Amino acid sequence: RVSLPFAVGQCGNQVGCRFWELALREHAAVNQKGVYDEALSSFFRNVDTRSGGDGTDISKGKICSLKARALLIDMEEGVVNEILQGPLRDVFDSKQLITDVSGSGNNWAVGHKLYGCQYRENIVEKLRKTAEHCDCLQCFFIIHSMGGGTGSGLGTFVLNLLEDEFPEVYRFVTSVYPSGEDDVITSPYNSVLAMKELNEHADCVLPIENESLFDIVNKIHQMINSGKLGSTVKQTSLLTSSAGSAKIAQEKPFDAMNNIVANLLLNLTSSARFEGSLNMDLNEISMNLVPFPHLHYLVSSLTPLYTLADVNVPPRRLDQMFSDAFSRDHQLIQADPKHSLYLACALLVRGNVQLSDLRRNIERLKPSLHFVSWNQEGWKTGLCSVPPVGHSHSLLALANNTCVKPTFIKLKERFMKLYKKKAHLHHYLHIDGMEQNCFSEAISSLSDLIEEYSELDATKGGPRTDPGRLKITV
Amino acid sequence: MSIVTVQLGQCGNQIGREVFNTICSDVRGAHGLCSKKENQSYHDACKDRFFSEEESEVPVARAVLVDMEPKVINQTLSTAARSGSWKYDHRSHFCQKQGSGNNWANGYSVHGPRHKEVIMNLMQKQAEKCDRLGGFFTIMSMAGGTGSGLGAFVTQCLRDDFPSSFILNHIIWPYGTGEVIVQNYNSVLTLSHLYQSSDALLVHENDVIHKICAQRMNIKQISFRDVNQVIAHQLGSVFQPTYTAECGLHYSRNPLGDLMETLVPHPEFKMLGLRNIPHMPENSLAYSTFSWPGLIKHLRQMLIANAKMEEGIDWQVRPPHLGSSVPSSHSTNKPLHFNTSLANLVILRGKDVHSVDLGSFRDPSLYTCWLNPQDAFNAWKTPRAFNKYEKSTSLVSNSQFLLKPLDNVVGKAWNMFASKAYIHQYTKFGIEEEDFLDSFTALEQVISSYTNL
Repeated sequence: RVSLPFAVGQCGNQVGCRFWELALREHAAVNQKGVYDEALSSFFRNVDTRSGGDGTDISKGKICSLKARALLIDMEEGVVNEILQGPLRDVFDSKQLITDVSGSGNNWAVGHKLYGCQYRENIVEKLRKTAEHCDCLQCFFIIHSMGGGTGSGLGTFVLNLLEDEFPEVYRFVTSVYPSGEDDVITSPYNSVLAMKELNEHADCVLPIENESLFDIVNKIHQMINSGKLGSTVKQTSLLTSSAGSAKIAQEKPFDAMNNIVANLLLNLTSSARFEGSLNMDLNEISMNLVPFPHLHYLVSSLTPLYTLADVNVPPRRLDQMFSDAFSRDHQLIQADPKHSLYLACALLVRGNVQLSDLRRNIERLKPSLHFVSWNQEGWKTGLCSVPPVGHSHSLLALANNTCVKPTFIKLKERFMKLYKKKAHLHHYLHIDGMEQNCFSEAISSLSDLIEEYSELDATKGGPRTDPGRLKITV
Repeated sequence: MSIVTVQLGQCGNQIGREVFNTICSDVRGAHGLCSKKENQSYHDACKDRFFSEEESEVPVARAVLVDMEPKVINQTLSTAARSGSWKYDHRSHFCQKQGSGNNWANGYSVHGPRHKEVIMNLMQKQAEKCDRLGGFFTIMSMAGGTGSGLGAFVTQCLRDDFPSSFILNHIIWPYGTGEVIVQNYNSVLTLSHLYQSSDALLVHENDVIHKICAQRMNIKQISFRDVNQVIAHQLGSVFQPTYTAECGLHYSRNPLGDLMETLVPHPEFKMLGLRNIPHMPENSLAYSTFSWPGLIKHLRQMLIANAKMEEGIDWQVRPPHLGSSVPSSHSTNKPLHFNTSLANLVILRGKDVHSVDLGSFRDPSLYTCWLNPQDAFNAWKTPRAFNKYEKSTSLVSNSQFLLKPLDNVVGKAWNMFASKAYIHQYTKFGIEEEDFLDSFTALEQVISSYTNL
């Protein structure tokens, strides 16, 4: 069954590119015989291109030509063109691309209202075509950033569209939130406008913050350079830039950061693609981690960190991997789940980890975590036998935790700072379909969300009175 | 008489395979410790019960495999075939692609009705292959979406289509600290529905089996495979052929029927627990000897004190003295942790079974007062040793064994329900708050009944 990623905007496409490279690498490592199997079919079609032209899908047998199931959308051509000239050029064909030339000018309204309207039919048509090739479409992934114009605006437009056209298919969104020092001044506007769409139309959102990715990348560099791990960085290391050196670049090492997000998606879908003694599917993630429709923001962490780089490290203590999953500096957003309230938690283990290891660590770590009163023992667990390439095991933790609140509060504060002065509003309001109340509704939606989290926080540590049970007359 | 095994969901399929493995290896083993004739009878009875004769060289399990996603069934089919000693009928399975998402409502209200015809056709086919159909044995977990929801639906359909057949549901009780967050909801919905269509629910608790793996089997790194193998051994110890009467001339022909008759005298009481001793790592078997009196003594105390295994039994717990208390259903004279039984079945396998004294199990103080103790206790035996154990005994008990776990699950589910968490996930697929309330009511009734035993 199929997961269909949509990469929208510059960030989305850069992450997407990384993702497909990693996916191909992962399947190549597992699939020794070159046979097109169920696992591969989640992300790739097998196309017979010998006769030229479109090529028909081959559902079984030897791998002929793998095409990614995806739509790449950008209102500028630069990034997508680079992908088409790079090593992935044969993995996509032109029918999967929707591009324009002028970009969205970091303006959500341009992305959502202007381009949305303009490209709606085109997107629907390509979406339908792509879906036709899938015999069971389970889930859509949107990969985008919140701070710009295309990813943010057009990305959330696509989200809406997906709900209209395929209401039963789950919509997972991986959103990169802007940091405080973001150089796009209007990023708070774009993000808040996009948040409203995420609130209302996404099934699950995995928020990511660049600051966290940056910190993690640095941590990995330190680990390697300190020599403590006794490790060596391989030639084909994913951590290094394409220049081939292991130095930390002056600018942000986006390659390495995108790598992390790509790994997140890979790990998230691993149990759906590969076998294990306790499978965890994407629809199960949504079912178990979303207790109320609006509270669908999941904080994620990937441990051990060295699995995010191509380093040769002897496997470290297993229990450390579990401990790290809950520590604040391993989360992909600036958040501290240990000191906030858990509504639900999922652990997906890959590789050589046994049931008893998993259970032992849950017992060990549980006492230091705060769970909401109606879900004191709520854990969702999964065991996938196939580890990430080159490693023996890894862990993905997903938490529905009130620690997302600070991110949203900061966002709201930055938004209000601009909005109070009506700074840059005219760029938005002159777009057809944009009105003042788009802004007021959006900030209201965000405020309501923050309030829901606050109410839950208020219950933390309070006295627990279990509701009286039903009385039966004998 | 033959039993058709229905494997539902990931858990059901994984366990089912281990069960057939265990049964097959038991039968093929040369450790019968009995006469050749006896061994042959055992072999034939077992074959008839669980396998069908086909043109293939290896016996074909009488089973239907159902799952809403393909990976587990594919694995199950191929692993069995690779064993070389038995296999499944590769047409006797049904699977889909998208899974049930741990959602009971999805399994019950969507997948069930949608695929009813195809699935029931498979059941019919297996039933027709049996000379005499002894009933259905379904294996499922309560925590997920397919085994639980679709399992409940299928059980209902089996009851409708085979009104005079016995249905025994084998249920896996999930770990207390969770495998699935909504497991308590799924469990409550499953149990309440099964209570209406099933004849009995035979329960295995993951926490208990895990402890057995850790403490009795000394397994350091426990996997689900280990857990499933212990479960399979315990199930095999119940369902492999036995003689039900003292001077039985042939192996029981109606195992499920006999089980129901001895253990389920009243439809309000359907929860059966299972204990099996001794249990130890295979390489210790050769160095261990047991006496029947010792085993029976331990088994009886495990029953009374509700112990899960032969270690750590609380020997202080005693049955109350009869005649010294006012007979009342709300007896406050019974010690708090004494486990009252409705009915018990002890199964003995191996050396010298006919010499075993089971008088201590006939003690009326073990049982609730409204059944004749003669009727409350039964014993099945066979001199044929099981699975390399020179002596092995099992207890299938309709008692307060499962009262606490049931109460826990209902309590946690109710707690969650009061906050309405996750309810929208169920209403999306047609299970409303009222359906939850009905289920809670039904189970509180069961809890009340067992409490007042």
